Amino acid sequence: MSPRPAPRPVLVHSVPKSPTGIQGLDEITGGGLPRGRPTLICGGPGCGKTILSMMFLMNGARQFDEPGVFLSFEETVEALTLNFASLGFDPRPLLTRKKLSLDYVRVVPDEILETGAYDLDGLFIRLGHAIDSIGAKRVVLDTIEALFSGLSQTGLLRAELRRLFNWLSAKGVTAIVTGERGEDGLTRHGLEEYITDCVILLDHRVKEQNATRRLRVVKYRGSTHGTNESPFFIDESGISVLPITSLGLQHRIFTGRLSTGVPDLDTMLGGKGYFRGSSILVSGGAGTGKTSLAGYFADAACRRGESALYFAFEESAAQIVRNLRSIGLDLEPWLRKGLLQVHAARPTTSGLEGHLSAMHRLIEETRPRVVVVDPISNLISVGTSVEVKAMLARLIDFQKVRQVTSLFTSLTIETPEGTDIGISSFMDTWLVLGNIEANGERTRTLNVLKSRGMPHSNQVREFVLTGHGLKLLDVVRHQGRVLVGSERAFHVGDGSVAARSTGRRSPRR
Amino acid sequence: MSAKSARRPRTPSKARATADFFDLRLYVAGQTTRSLAALANLQKICDEHLEGRYRIEVIDLLEHPQLARGDQILALPTLVRKLPEPIRKLVGDLHDTERALIGLDLRPRAPGKS
Repeated sequence: MSPRPAPRPVLVHSVPKSPTGIQGLDEITGGGLPRGRPTLICGGPGCGKTILSMMFLMNGARQFDEPGVFLSFEETVEALTLNFASLGFDPRPLLTRKKLSLDYVRVVPDEILETGAYDLDGLFIRLGHAIDSIGAKRVVLDTIEALFSGLSQTGLLRAELRRLFNWLSAKGVTAIVTGERGEDGLTRHGLEEYITDCVILLDHRVKEQNATRRLRVVKYRGSTHGTNESPFFIDESGISVLPITSLGLQHRIFTGRLSTGVPDLDTMLGGKGYFRGSSILVSGGAGTGKTSLAGYFADAACRRGESALYFAFEESAAQIVRNLRSIGLDLEPWLRKGLLQVHAARPTTSGLEGHLSAMHRLIEETRPRVVVVDPISNLISVGTSVEVKAMLARLIDFQKVRQVTSLFTSLTIETPEGTDIGISSFMDTWLVLGNIEANGERTRTLNVLKSRGMPHSNQVREFVLTGHGLKLLDVVRHQGRVLVGSERAFHVGDGSVAARSTGRRSPRR
Repeated sequence: MSAKSARRPRTPSKARATADFFDLRLYVAGQTTRSLAALANLQKICDEHLEGRYRIEVIDLLEHPQLARGDQILALPTLVRKLPEPIRKLVGDLHDTERALIGLDLRPRAPGKS
């Protein structure tokens, strides 16, 4: 289990809440669902309604000592048990300990014939019996609209549903009622008319073959709530919601430092390198040396005996190793030793949520001290920038809590400062790589745009990739111009211009 | 249930013999006007159409709430025809005698309905 962010202080005038225990959802709702009231969760088929409801019950039973009743109108008890198991949770012990009750209400239209006046007391008695026999505090009705397929008197049915929700409130149970997304309204049969305390909409959309799930709190009476759409993902440990605005800032701060792998760069960063547990962004155009910096960073970790995890979204592991060898870096031994793991995947192989959950899982499994994501800009191809931003926020949060130092590269097409994902605010250190064209040659540059909490150089340096590693040279000014490349070598060489400080020189390649 | 139907030979004479007996179960909640009306209506139908070949069992779910599960009872009153098979469920107080007779297969179904 991943450590959860500390609960936020609850406003005094806010309605009492029942925590869902679902990461992210309790943050958006300011503490959970309205206690003792029904909540409507709606969305199209396969949007995750049932899984969210199950999580609400199993977390209730396991973490908050609130027994729960799951009344399904769609799946048999056996199917429900399997579904729970798919979330890594065997409901049977809780069933025997009377912390959970599963029941299947079968509505077969062909079997039912209406012959006169009736009400839904049978359902009330059945549900009431289930609630009373385990002292349930939570109830899920999934999906009660199935009743409309079996009973034709919709007017009567509506009145009975209204009575049911009032009755649930009177019993003081916190309920989730699920509903299928309708053509005109939020649900097919307008359940939102009766459930007015809290309505949550789930969405599962496929855009250019990539599926993304989103969650939105449509309304929440008597409480403030996030109104944005939040991406969420489902994996074998259930649902995680990624609130776009809630990068948890409660993690501990580390003052330890670690080398960038490039001595000259360590010097620019107060002589000691990055902060441990910080996040670093390396942005720049094509061929500016992003992967080289990332490679040296991973290498430095392995040299310290720390494990490194490298997510490659552009090149294969073999390609990265081969290319880095040309600048005097051999990662092969670390790969063989298992200190370095390269996980290469095409961004389009799965949706954003898929990538994020795969990354979470690998980080959990391999417990690296440093992580490289190269490049994050490629993930834009599978999501909008807002989603990528949310995903990164969650990933960074996740890593900071684990004291993992992470380096992200980002390919920028135009101005380096215009990192279009808008992620720089999550980053503690931001290195900008550039490419100056002058006198018929291109020269790489590097500068530290920001580095929180440490003195750092504000100079633009010439960034040289040599056969024996990465070097940073002081730039040379002559008659108000920055001299680079051979022009620089010429001026420095004939002594007519003094370098602003004695930078290390190395032969250019 | 399936075991029972598998055991029964599919000969017309035998099928008619079992089809003759009606095992009926009426689910209610307490002695409400509606419950009493349902029982009275059922009694009347049985007297007129099933003399000597039926059995009525009345189950009050207020007293035995756990029994709602077995026959998948939602609405009340509900009449369940346990026998002859297949099982039929009639929801309501059986005020509509025509529909009740159709539901119990004592009248042919309207065209369009199998």
